[in-house]
Amino acid sequence: MKNNDSSIGIVKPNSVKFENSLLLECGKQLKGFEMVYETYGELNTDKSNAVLVCHALSGNHHAAGYYEDSGEKPGWWNSLIGPNKAINTNKYFIVSPNNLGGCHGTTGPKSINPKTGRIYGPHFPVLTVRDWTNSQALLADYLGITTWHAVIGGSLGGMQALDWSLAYPDRVKKAGVIAAAPKLSAQNIAFNEVARQAITSDPDFQEGNYMEHGRVPKRGLRLARMIGHITYLSDESMKSKFGRELKEDKLSFGFNAEFQVESYLRHQGDVFSETFDANTYLLMTKVLDYFDPADKFDDNLVEAFNPILAQILVLSFSTDWRFSPSRSREITNALIGAKKKVSHIEIESSLGHDSFLFPEERYVEVLKAFLGS
Amino acid sequence: MKTRLVIENWIKDGSSLLDLGCGDGSILESLKENRSVKGYGVEIDRDNIRVCLEKGLEVIEQNIDEGLSNFSDKSFDTVLVSQTIQVLKNPKLALEEITRIGNRCIIIIPNFGHWKSRLTVFLKGRMPVTESLPEKWYDTANIHLCTISDFESLCDELGIVIEERRILNSKGKVSSFFSAWSNLLGDAVIYRLSR
Repeated sequence: MKNNDSSIGIVKPNSVKFENSLLLECGKQLKGFEMVYETYGELNTDKSNAVLVCHALSGNHHAAGYYEDSGEKPGWWNSLIGPNKAINTNKYFIVSPNNLGGCHGTTGPKSINPKTGRIYGPHFPVLTVRDWTNSQALLADYLGITTWHAVIGGSLGGMQALDWSLAYPDRVKKAGVIAAAPKLSAQNIAFNEVARQAITSDPDFQEGNYMEHGRVPKRGLRLARMIGHITYLSDESMKSKFGRELKEDKLSFGFNAEFQVESYLRHQGDVFSETFDANTYLLMTKVLDYFDPADKFDDNLVEAFNPILAQILVLSFSTDWRFSPSRSREITNALIGAKKKVSHIEIESSLGHDSFLFPEERYVEVLKAFLGS
Repeated sequence: MKTRLVIENWIKDGSSLLDLGCGDGSILESLKENRSVKGYGVEIDRDNIRVCLEKGLEVIEQNIDEGLSNFSDKSFDTVLVSQTIQVLKNPKLALEEITRIGNRCIIIIPNFGHWKSRLTVFLKGRMPVTESLPEKWYDTANIHLCTISDFESLCDELGIVIEERRILNSKGKVSSFFSAWSNLLGDAVIYRLSR
């Protein structure tokens, strides 16, 4: 059953410990850290076929294949990573790390702070995309990869790919910047703030020390996920998926989940609140809010893009309103202004921001063509 | 001489190029190889875009009819517009935009004033189907055909300077006949413009 979608099959995560301190953008030092990652495919002898996959806000290192014990649920980009898929495991050696600050094995708020011997919790330093890039560069060194054939990701992962091409211009040949934006809009930040408020106002949050108190701010996480999830879908896809369909055949004149969309959101929230860490969620949304490569260049994105050497693919989806196609155009136009190698594609899709997760025919075709050239 | 050689001769080594309506990118690719140009193709056809990506070319998916305002003034040494002007909704606006963006522009258009086209309309009363205009009227993307004389009078009106002009025959080669007859004998024409 597990191999019937021509997936990479059973995978296992790897882990590496870095002993040296990592200087973070906030000025703090992280005294060593552990990074969990998965790899798919084989690294060729000249180590020229490595592709770094960057996950989004709530993602992790499990991007493709299945775990022995995880039932039928594959990695988050399984439909795009695999034998002869858009990111072809027969051709490329794919590396998929869990970002620093995460809650799936890489050092983060759930880890023990070596200075205090206690759980970091809310005291884990606030990170930036650049901190992630720097930590992933250490992983690349560890794996013996000098230059990535490509760095690719969607949403926050797309920003990560863009940052790689800025921070390590000579280590990235191609960057796939999918469903991203050059920085968050006020509306984007507003949604993140609502999500953060949902978490921090949960009585179980305990100012972030919920683990020490043996509590979990599930209600907050659930709400944060629900609001986030709405922004990942399009009006069109919600209409076709749920419409105004009721769970029962008539109205109950009460406040239980009556419409299908309500129970869907509740379910999404429930699942998420069981598996994700609240402090990590706060952290990840802050990383998003802070991302702004033009900030140090007087808001001049063209100037900010000056160091880039990579060939960049900017790809957007027609019904994405979280990071709409016009936001992707901002990236492309600045890259054109900076005379950088950029291709720009807008894919017709009804699935909103989440489109980047699904193997729409043209999307697959474009990724294959870009990665393969 | 072939059309492509004319274009190559007009483009400096290492210069920047915007190829509007780049098709499968074959001109852009050969200019990259032979003239080391840096630049982008602009295209809307899905298959053409895929082919451009496969060739490792930079291609921007953009509908020229919806504007070119994202390209700044005189930001490219050359803007190349090969067999594209006549398929646009607003060729006049496009021509203004193209000459705004490029220091120089190279434009190739089919000549509707060719004697074969004239003869078909005059004698048969039918829209012409020729080597350079192979589609029937209902199938063609060429919604704004013009003659050499028409095009040159529009350039004049817009204050566009025609620096060079080569008349092409049906085999896509430069013809050397007397230029006064070009509107009658030219199958297509390639211009170098500036403003």
